[in-house]
Amino acid sequence: MYNDLNRKNTKGIDARLLFYYIALVFIGWITIYSTCYIPDGVNALFDISKPYCKQLIWIGTSLLLGVIILLIDKQIIQNYAYYFYIFCLFLLVLVLIIGTEISGAKAWIKIGDFSIQPTEFMKVATALALAKFFNEGKTSAEKRYVWLIAGGLVLLPIIVILLQHDTGSALVFLSFFILFYREGMSGMLLLLVFIAGVLTVITLKFNELYAIALITAVFIYFMIKNRTQKKLIKRNIIVFVISIVFVFSVNLLYENVLEPHQKIRVATILGQTSDPKGADFNLNQSKIAIGSGGFFGKGYLKGTQTKLKFVPEQSTDFIFCAIGEEWGFMGTLVVFFFYLALIYRILLLSEKSRISFVRYYGYGIAGIIAVHFFVNIGMTIGLVPIIGIPLPFLSYGGSSLWAFTTMLFIFIKLNDN
Amino acid sequence: MQDRKRYIVILAVLAVLAVVYLVRLFNLQVLNKSYKEKANQNAMRYITEHPARGLIYDRNDSLLVYNDAAYDIMVVPNELRDFDTAELCRVLDITKEDVIRKIEKAKKYSVILPSIFEQQISKEDYGFLQEKMYEFPGFFVQNRTLRSYPNPIAAHILGYVSEVNEQDMENDNYYQMGDYIGKSGIEKAYESVLRGEKGKRVVLVDVHNREVGRYENGAEDVVAKPGTSIWSTLDLQLQRYGEELMANKRGSIVAIEPKTGEILCLISSPTYDPNLLVGTARPKNYAILLEDSKKPLFNRALMASYPPGSTFKLANGLIALQDGIVTPSTIYSCSGGGYHIGSHVVHCHNCGGLNIYSAIQRSCNSYFCRAYYNILSNRRKYKTVQEAYTAWLDYMHSMGFAQKYETDLPYELKGSIPSADYFDKKYNKSWNGNTVVSMGIGQGEAAVTPLQMANMLAVIANQGYYIKPHIVKAIGRKDNPNTQFSEKIVSKINPEHFRTVLEGMKMVVKAGTGRGAQIDGISVAGKTGTAQNPHGADHSVFALIAPADDPQIVIFCLVENGGFGASVACPIASLMAEKYLKGEVKRKDLENSMKNLSFR
Repeated sequence: MYNDLNRKNTKGIDARLLFYYIALVFIGWITIYSTCYIPDGVNALFDISKPYCKQLIWIGTSLLLGVIILLIDKQIIQNYAYYFYIFCLFLLVLVLIIGTEISGAKAWIKIGDFSIQPTEFMKVATALALAKFFNEGKTSAEKRYVWLIAGGLVLLPIIVILLQHDTGSALVFLSFFILFYREGMSGMLLLLVFIAGVLTVITLKFNELYAIALITAVFIYFMIKNRTQKKLIKRNIIVFVISIVFVFSVNLLYENVLEPHQKIRVATILGQTSDPKGADFNLNQSKIAIGSGGFFGKGYLKGTQTKLKFVPEQSTDFIFCAIGEEWGFMGTLVVFFFYLALIYRILLLSEKSRISFVRYYGYGIAGIIAVHFFVNIGMTIGLVPIIGIPLPFLSYGGSSLWAFTTMLFIFIKLNDN
Repeated sequence: MQDRKRYIVILAVLAVLAVVYLVRLFNLQVLNKSYKEKANQNAMRYITEHPARGLIYDRNDSLLVYNDAAYDIMVVPNELRDFDTAELCRVLDITKEDVIRKIEKAKKYSVILPSIFEQQISKEDYGFLQEKMYEFPGFFVQNRTLRSYPNPIAAHILGYVSEVNEQDMENDNYYQMGDYIGKSGIEKAYESVLRGEKGKRVVLVDVHNREVGRYENGAEDVVAKPGTSIWSTLDLQLQRYGEELMANKRGSIVAIEPKTGEILCLISSPTYDPNLLVGTARPKNYAILLEDSKKPLFNRALMASYPPGSTFKLANGLIALQDGIVTPSTIYSCSGGGYHIGSHVVHCHNCGGLNIYSAIQRSCNSYFCRAYYNILSNRRKYKTVQEAYTAWLDYMHSMGFAQKYETDLPYELKGSIPSADYFDKKYNKSWNGNTVVSMGIGQGEAAVTPLQMANMLAVIANQGYYIKPHIVKAIGRKDNPNTQFSEKIVSKINPEHFRTVLEGMKMVVKAGTGRGAQIDGISVAGKTGTAQNPHGADHSVFALIAPADDPQIVIFCLVENGGFGASVACPIASLMAEKYLKGEVKRKDLENSMKNLSFR
């Protein structure tokens, strides 16, 4: 397998990926500048107390990090994948012990003035570990356990991150199912997840009775259809019972396990409660900011909603509001173009690569970036509950930018032949 | 082939998601106009609701401090549009330069948050402006309250409020630019109780700068919590009467209810009208008061250190009794006209032989010099003079001298009674009772505040203990007593000695130096004092306890440059006692002559 990596290829560093990366980081920085911009005030570029100045430092160090990664032997990246995974997992556990709590999630290690969020690096580490695991090839006897072990590699960080009360970041790890699907996991499983999702929404939005009615209807339909096949009847009954149990456990989970603020967020998305002071207020303000942008936007540095601090976290999780307000639908299109192009390019290169490791890794990170992108934008326009995850490359913050830079540049390096 | 299919499926799912998102965004940003309108309406204005400060009552529910309505003009620089500067200048009586300067200052603070443009405009101006507000986009009017004092008294105790400064905002982030904070007196000591809690109102403002409604039906609003009222221990009538008596004089009267340590009146003269330090006039008036050579801002009752004069003999007598230096029957003779130290004589009035009762009654210098010398020379009990002196200082301390009480009073000073070390240094360790003997009669190095002297009287009245003097009786409701200062502090003197001294004090008023303190139908105990003043005429001092058998009030009165204690401080203290115990004063002639006395 390793021979694959050393095979000569004339492509070199993928210029398009590099271009998309620089474009997104640039868009991020000018937007962060705008959110902190004080009209008619002093906006010194090198005022270290200002986020845009700090972000300049993060960008500079990220570029440095990128260059270093490009200089490393790719063999090393592969060889150390598991160690990196274990190290990041260790950091995650460490956070549980010595971490600092910021807005409800104990996910940060504070070193002096700076806080590091190991969760961000765990994403890279998990992608690498999974790539290495799949790359090692399994004998048929082991194959049975492939999904179990791969699932375990994903589940482990999810559990630790959930313990940090950082539900949003934990959910992101589910994006590795895209990789699993590509690598042959049964599509039925994903379909089941989808059905479970539909049942969850029905149960929470309406009532478990509706969900049970639906299940029963489908069950009766299949029972009549398959009435002659004994084997299928048995299967139908099992599926029926599991579904009913699932519906009840969803209700139970919602009532007893979710934190109050999470319940509100879920309920808000389902349109059940109106909570103008909390989640609904933020979402409403976020929609007003984006919606008031119009087709061409209000102009750079001229947004009023984001400037007046109606929108929370406008330089981090809600950075898209500022883009939507100041650049309008045009800005939306540009941002979408760069993200979709980036994700498509990673998938395309992964698919084309003759090196399996690159493909595994590529699908892993494409999934991460895609989930971040759709969930983040989705929450600003009310399609997804508000869970605090950043917009890759754009959002303010050192940990996030470093992690996504590492993630992308490892791919660029691995793909460079 | 299977792989290829899945790659396409993944791309397709992403594409579908992207299309769904873009359609949603197109709808939100381009098709749906309501968000644009909302954003325009979203010119939300955060109006701080300033709660009314708590009221301050006296011990009999008479109002000492209340609130008056005032109006501040606020400006939000970002919302400013062209307006008729001339008209604004005319209404507010300011110049165009003022307008520019004020807007620049507001911009410096924040361009989007409101700043105060003009403070406390009159009700008439407010009424006029309110109708024309639409002509001045970016300006709005905010209601405030100002302190007001129905009686112009007790300025030093009540203190004043003023706008917060940078330091205040740094210390407590509750405060924002333009907030008020108690700066001295009760206003400062009980700031957290009196201030209440700010609220806020979020209102929508239309393009004409008019409030069009509450944002989200007031869901974001926070109702201001008004401040909690306070009942002071002061007696308004007594305080006012005392200030009248002390008019045109310098000095202080402190009266305490001994059983509770409650300060009934605390007068420092000259004083000032607390209404002077309210609102926009405050900085100007404050500067005038500060420069006044009579120092009206100086709170003599708590901050001035005076030689205690003969009233100090009471404390020394108590210590002599406690240490067994004298008993009630011990007689010291003062043949030769006083107390002799070598060739130096501390003169007295040639009293002959006296016991402690008569010594107090006649304020005999020689008796107390000798007693003090003997306290410090008591080698059976104390090995050295230093040890004896330190023990004496300890007694003094136990009666409340040489310390701050740190209750709720503003800016007290601790006075000064030097330590043994001080004399060791001064006299190169070679000193004895005679070296410092003048302290035995309240002269020399000892310096005390009027509050401490009044407190000592409370110790005598209570026969051995005091409760730290304080100024607030109840918080929130009158029947919710302020219990933070109710601890009994017991002196190191046995109760029977207080009875002896009190007996002597009764004789002072009955047939001694303080006959002027007699009040019809009330037995009064007292002690005169004449505090030597190196800078001019002596200070007139009187200490009073009444009724002597069941003390309700102790009064310490000091009139600077008033001469003998018997001539000024004694009648004033007596009038105060009469006013407090009887409600009205019958001795109008005396009252008038005291009011008209002037020692400026």
